[in-house]
Amino acid sequence: MAGSDSRIRVKQADGVTQIEFIDRNILDEANIQAIGEEIGTIIDSSPKPKLLISFANVDHLSSAALGTLITVNTKIRNKGGKLCLANIDPQIYEVFVITRLNHLFEIKDSTDEALKVFC
Amino acid sequence: MSGRVSLVNNRDEISALQDLVVERAEDLGYSKASLFALRLAIEEAIANAFHHGHRELPVETPIDIEYDLSDVRISVIVEDKGPGFTPAAVPDPTLDENLETPGGRGLVLMRAYMTRIEYNETGNRVEMELRRP
Repeated sequence: MAGSDSRIRVKQADGVTQIEFIDRNILDEANIQAIGEEIGTIIDSSPKPKLLISFANVDHLSSAALGTLITVNTKIRNKGGKLCLANIDPQIYEVFVITRLNHLFEIKDSTDEALKVFC
Repeated sequence: MSGRVSLVNNRDEISALQDLVVERAEDLGYSKASLFALRLAIEEAIANAFHHGHRELPVETPIDIEYDLSDVRISVIVEDKGPGFTPAAVPDPTLDENLETPGGRGLVLMRAYMTRIEYNETGNRVEMELRRP
């Protein structure tokens, strides 16, 4: 599903689309926009999208990336789907806490825990 | 160690500057948490300068950055050539009613991660200071 220029890895399992980031730093606005468009295409292609986004490889995350996640969350919710975030490093999680986005997103420690959200 | 550079909105140049400042801070023995904070705050200040400050300016318009690192404090100043803004007028994105607004979190993160941030009166120049904990 993801092309050669893709900044994400995409895997389908049991009706859940699992997304991982290729880059360790999700900072660059142009890259973030491209990631948002890729995920947007995935959402558009599903009548009721179920997305699990893993931050396992991510060291840094900017506010622009948070903005894209909010947009993704809104699109999914508008289609009656579900988004869950997982594997967030404690330093990155602090960014969610400071911005209070831990109240907006469903966040789980691991992929296994996140997958249960979709059961 | 101190320096002054002009940067255009080019990812490689921005990353090189971040790497330079963060690596010097690491050499000075700043903690992993401080290095994380520093990289994020520089990213947000530069993004704000280009995205908001230079919104109406030609894309090749550079911003100016000054940095100064010592054993006890790190200072980074980012100045754009835009008309400036009023930080107090930016809606608080952490309020429940603004949680789903995609923008406006850069300033929150800069304030949270730096010891002090201060804008000039015009609002086109921010000085950020990180003191060693």
